[in-house]
Amino acid sequence: MAISNTVRSALIAAALGAATATMLAAVVIPTSAQNVAPAGAVSIDNFTFTPASLTVKAGTTVTWTNKDDIPHGIAAANNEFKKSRALDTDDSFSFTFTTPGTYKYFCYIHPHMVGTIVVEAASGGNATQ
Amino acid sequence: MESDRDDGVSRRKVLECMTWAGTGVLWTISGGVPHSLGIMGEAQAEESKSLTFLQLSDSHVGFDKPANPNALGTLEEAIVKVNALPKKPAFAIHTGDISHLSLESQFDDADRIISQSHLDVHYVPGEHDFLDPDQKFYKDRYGRGTKGAGWYSFDASGVHFIGLVNVFNLKAGGLGDLGADQIEWLEDDVKHLSASTPIVVFAHIPLWTIYPDWGWGTDDAAQALSYLKRFGSVTVLNGHIHQVMQKVEGNVTFHTARSTAFPQPAPGQGPSPGPMKVPDDQLRTMLGIANVTFKQNEQRLAIIDTPLKA
Repeated sequence: MAISNTVRSALIAAALGAATATMLAAVVIPTSAQNVAPAGAVSIDNFTFTPASLTVKAGTTVTWTNKDDIPHGIAAANNEFKKSRALDTDDSFSFTFTTPGTYKYFCYIHPHMVGTIVVEAASGGNATQ
Repeated sequence: MESDRDDGVSRRKVLECMTWAGTGVLWTISGGVPHSLGIMGEAQAEESKSLTFLQLSDSHVGFDKPANPNALGTLEEAIVKVNALPKKPAFAIHTGDISHLSLESQFDDADRIISQSHLDVHYVPGEHDFLDPDQKFYKDRYGRGTKGAGWYSFDASGVHFIGLVNVFNLKAGGLGDLGADQIEWLEDDVKHLSASTPIVVFAHIPLWTIYPDWGWGTDDAAQALSYLKRFGSVTVLNGHIHQVMQKVEGNVTFHTARSTAFPQPAPGQGPSPGPMKVPDDQLRTMLGIANVTFKQNEQRLAIIDTPLKA
């Protein structure tokens, strides 16, 4: 197993020291974490989406969080998903992308703000698609 | 001199347009440029027969962030200022962003304060006024009898006023947008007017491109303004950028008003067009109202931008 001593120590502590090595591997190796949905994050800061383009695997839930003192709103350029409500400061909006493709989106309040989510097919060998 | 500008209206053309339709008085704008006086005292010099109206903009009622924790309070200060004007304006226009988040309570608060001016207020919406899920609060409250998303026109003292909406159904990557339906309506609305009719157009986002990187412009404004080219005097009043800016292009004068809520940076002079935090003692010098006067016989249109604090 390729788990460093440091990580092993931390995980053992977190697992109250009672876990087996097999269980630890299930926690730290994503391809085995079948019950944890993958997540992606986009920050809205100074009227900019960061990262401007985010690439994720199908099934990933992407969460946008507004860090500005002004509301923003998320809308798909081609209506692939329902637009968010207006996001006030520190509000978030999430959408789970299940179908591979390139999704262009924008702020429907400040439409010069644009971003892209690229959704790739979940990698081969996994049970779920 | 502005009258010598190659791209401006010729002296002859200005003179041709000086007759104020319906009243027979002379009409012009001084060298094509609305005069910006900047201090309230000079407003007292206006003649008794002139038309004076008020412009309020960007109240953002509900805004409570560090740039101004009490936007409702500064709106109230603005109305106190209005009520202290030496001559009561005939009416007011509000160029949008009445509320910050389109909550009913925010519109209620705005109405409660603005009504203390006892002025008839003609509104156009800002993008912050269409944030309720069904986008209906604005239209229900302020847009009765208007077309489309809320555009309309009316006449006052021989001046034709046109309220436009450029914050509805905005497109990815774009700026403000009027849309084909509204532009078609505009063409029809002005078709039968004499070229000597003074025109005032008001809308939230500037109808001239100020700074596209920050969305400060309207994609299809040029087409809309093409229908106003034949008029001798066109004044375009906007908000959105929370600062006074002015430009003259031919016979069209563009002017933006201050917000009553919070300042925004000059174009490109900050990380974003968001609310700008300034020292507390400077805030009120950057907020304010505008008073617009058509001065008969004085051959001048005056826009007086008055900050809450000099």
